[in-house]
Amino acid sequence: MPIVVEKLNHAYMEGSTLAHDALKDVTLTIGDGEFLGLIGHTGSGKSTFVQHLNGLLQPTSGSVTVDGFDMADKKQRVQGRRLVGMVFQYPEYQLFEETVAKDVAFGVKNMGVPEAEAMARADEAMALVGLAPERFRDKSPFELSGGEKRRAALAGIIVMRPKYLVLDEPMAGLDPLGRRDILDTIDHLRATLGCAVVMVSHSMDDMADRAERVAVLSAGTLLRVGSTAEIFGDAKFLLENGLDVPQVSRLALALRARGVALPETIYAMDEMELALCNLLGKGAEI
Amino acid sequence: MRDITLGQYFPGNSPIHRLDPRTKLLGMLAYIIVIFFVKKITVFLLPALFVAMVTYLARVPLSYLVRSLKPIRFLLVFMFFINLFMVKTGDLIWEWRFIQITEGGVYQAVYITLRLVLLLAGTSLMTLTTTPIALTDALEKLLTPFGKLGFPAHELAMMMTIALRFIPTLIEEADKIMKAQMARGADFESGNIFRRAKSMIPVLVPLFISAFRRADELAMAMESRCYHGGKGRTRMHVLRFAPRDAAAAAAFAAMTGMIVLVQALWV
Ligand SMILES: Nc1ncnc2c1ncn2[C@@H]1O[C@H](COP(=O)(O)OP(=O)(O)OP(=O)(O)O)[C@@H](O)[C@H]1O
Ligand SMILES: [Mg+2]
Repeated sequence: MPIVVEKLNHAYMEGSTLAHDALKDVTLTIGDGEFLGLIGHTGSGKSTFVQHLNGLLQPTSGSVTVDGFDMADKKQRVQGRRLVGMVFQYPEYQLFEETVAKDVAFGVKNMGVPEAEAMARADEAMALVGLAPERFRDKSPFELSGGEKRRAALAGIIVMRPKYLVLDEPMAGLDPLGRRDILDTIDHLRATLGCAVVMVSHSMDDMADRAERVAVLSAGTLLRVGSTAEIFGDAKFLLENGLDVPQVSRLALALRARGVALPETIYAMDEMELALCNLLGKGAEI
Repeated sequence: MRDITLGQYFPGNSPIHRLDPRTKLLGMLAYIIVIFFVKKITVFLLPALFVAMVTYLARVPLSYLVRSLKPIRFLLVFMFFINLFMVKTGDLIWEWRFIQITEGGVYQAVYITLRLVLLLAGTSLMTLTTTPIALTDALEKLLTPFGKLGFPAHELAMMMTIALRFIPTLIEEADKIMKAQMARGADFESGNIFRRAKSMIPVLVPLFISAFRRADELAMAMESRCYHGGKGRTRMHVLRFAPRDAAAAAAFAAMTGMIVLVQALWV
């Protein structure tokens, strides 16, 4: 069963002079096991939207249903929330326990899992995100490096075995290698756990590389949802809406502007490679 | 969480907003003293009129003033009933089993409630029209003469300014951390008081760590800009009394004079 978001509206500081509509009539369905990317300008409502998936915010109007559980209902919300693992931006700042293992186990312990089993699951989760349990288990989370902290925080979410993994800018503040590492970890988690992934990111390259479907938010409204090829194949649409395009698209645009006959929909490296080889094979001048 | 604000400043550019913060601060202190000298309910009419006039001049919506009473609504009700039931002077008005309500009780209950309402309305009016930073400035300026006695006026003001600056930041941060822990199944709403206190640990530890980190960073930033305390520091906004401050003082003195006169003649 999917997450169904229907006509979701959210206003911050309702009723005051500072009221602000952060989401307007957003309707979207997130299917089992899919990888949905969420892009949009800063302030477009991405973080607001993903917090609704976990019932951390309540709709001003409209509804969010996670596998049939209505997130507006207090009892159903508790059950729905267990299905959705939410990783906030800079999740490393939520670490608090004495040891990494204890911190990772926090979520499952809250679910009522007995201590021994919780610790076993913590080990498992740490291994999944690439933190060797025997090395990191008894370390203080505050002794870890930035990247390791982020992994530990990620482990703290997936230890609950969510059916949907929601990540709000999981790569913010990491270097290219660290970004790649986290992305690979996310792919690995999806493959081993079979969970759906909803990822917010400002990096179009990462999005184009990993997402299967992309939703574009602009000033609180859902501008467009489509397959990754459909959205990123339409560089004009992205640029018109003030969004960035993947680097390959930018290169393709620049080449086309100089008269190189490349198709308009190129956004991925392998496509570019293929197209260029084709052109060269035909003996075109570049 | 976000609704908690300390200063409840209502932005504006009215004559009251433009008064020197020192005038408003001292005025508020004097106002509190005056209110405590009022002996009769009827005399409250004078400070009430004064507050109404200031509210009108400041163009603060009445709803804001009423809202500032909200935090003490239970105290108001409590004080009202305590006085109503406990004060036993004058004629008996109503009796039911052990509950006796007397004329004196009703009078005292209304008197105390009015006094509290007027006190809060007056002080709120000041915080509504003065930014916390301006107030800190005023406090520093007013306390500077005590510096000769070793009183750290500047340091105190700087501490207050920094604290004020970081309150919204920390609230925002607490909000974020609470959400993150809620996403991990933390429950802040159920259980008895001990359980609830314990459930705050996952919020307080990261919050303290980040507060210390911020304090460290701020200290570094201040030092790297050669901050070395108050000695020889000039200010960007120099406080100056203007004619309107004299006018405000005169209006206040007039009200006080009338209260003294009315109480001396009729009460
Ligand atoms: N707690 C809040 N109170 C009031 N307004 C808020 C709050 N959080 C966000 N907003 C406002 O709602 C709008 C949407 O914010 P949101 O955080 O969802 O944007 P975003 O798309 O995640 O941006 P970014 O890419 O910068 O993270 C913004 O205009 C923001 O100012
Ligand atoms: Mg965001």
